[in-house]
Amino acid sequence: MNKQEMADEALFQLLHIEIVSYVYKSAEQGEESGRCVTKLENMGFRVGQGLIERFTKDTARFKDELDVMKFICKDFWTSVFKKQIDNLRTNHQGIYVLQDNKFRLLTQMSAGKQYLEHAPKYLAFTCGLVRGALSNLGIKSIVTVEVTTMPACKFQVMIQKV
Amino acid sequence: MSRQSRRRSEKQQIDWHLPSTSSTGSAYHMGTELFILTYGTLVAQLCEDCEKDEDINKVLDKMGHNIGTRLVEDFLARSNIAQCRNSYETAEVIAKVAFKMYLGVTPRVTFWNQAGDDCSLFLEKNPLRGYVEIPEKHSNLLYSNMICGILRGALKMVRLQVDIQLLHDSVNDDKVTEIRMKLMRRHKAVRTVEKEQKHPVGT
Repeated sequence: MNKQEMADEALFQLLHIEIVSYVYKSAEQGEESGRCVTKLENMGFRVGQGLIERFTKDTARFKDELDVMKFICKDFWTSVFKKQIDNLRTNHQGIYVLQDNKFRLLTQMSAGKQYLEHAPKYLAFTCGLVRGALSNLGIKSIVTVEVTTMPACKFQVMIQKV
Repeated sequence: MSRQSRRRSEKQQIDWHLPSTSSTGSAYHMGTELFILTYGTLVAQLCEDCEKDEDINKVLDKMGHNIGTRLVEDFLARSNIAQCRNSYETAEVIAKVAFKMYLGVTPRVTFWNQAGDDCSLFLEKNPLRGYVEIPEKHSNLLYSNMICGILRGALKMVRLQVDIQLLHDSVNDDKVTEIRMKLMRRHKAVRTVEKEQKHPVGT
């Protein structure tokens, strides 16, 4: 694999860690952690919107929702995290579960249950990323994430019917 | 001596040339775009949180410093660069290898002063400024200040104290970003063993 691609990853990961630490430090005057998570998610949202515009500039139109989710799992995830989503499940009624067994932003943190309570902080940005990407593809959604054992995590996407 | 060093670093740099038409070329640009967009969102958030541009600049510098202290390890692991013998080499390595590796651009190193420890890095096309438009009210904002912090933190970890300033950011109609770098001194390695031995002598 190209060394340069991997080098970019390190830079983004470090920046991401600094952003999380900044948001939490600047909120220590009694603000709840929920606000910080929202801030991070909104930042991810904006980035996701921008990214998806760049990625899908030359791709064909998507046939349906499932096609969009498959794009997110394969191409989008590969471009952002250099790997694909390991498992995509759906109930065909608007709920999709994206499972990543080795989420890049958590691999350096722990390989088990240690620091589990801190994991949501580092996943909020990515939830926003997915939500932003879907939003600019015309899909309104709510994205949450569930972590039981690091570095595996499950992103749950709930499509909102307008 | 400087010619020798240039040849040596050129040999090492051959690995870093990325052909523009390679299949991985586009994937590489996407990686930087993620960083650029995230950086932009961060600065936007800082503009909301802080009132004064000077505060934003300070926060960016501090964050850059924290990133730099870690990034230097990643850099040294990937690049296998041998120890630089003088400040010319240091500047060359920073410009030709480090910048190329992480941002994909190679700044020009010029304007060396007489003593040979003060130089400028000129970035013709600042990649961080790709999608950014800065409104009038943030005219004092040094948008790319994090780069300075990263350089400062990274060089601190290799025991070089530097004074880095962002002179012109390609924001206010300046096409070029200029970073002024002054290598001040080398830190001596601190030996804690010696310090402990000194205490009983004092008492």
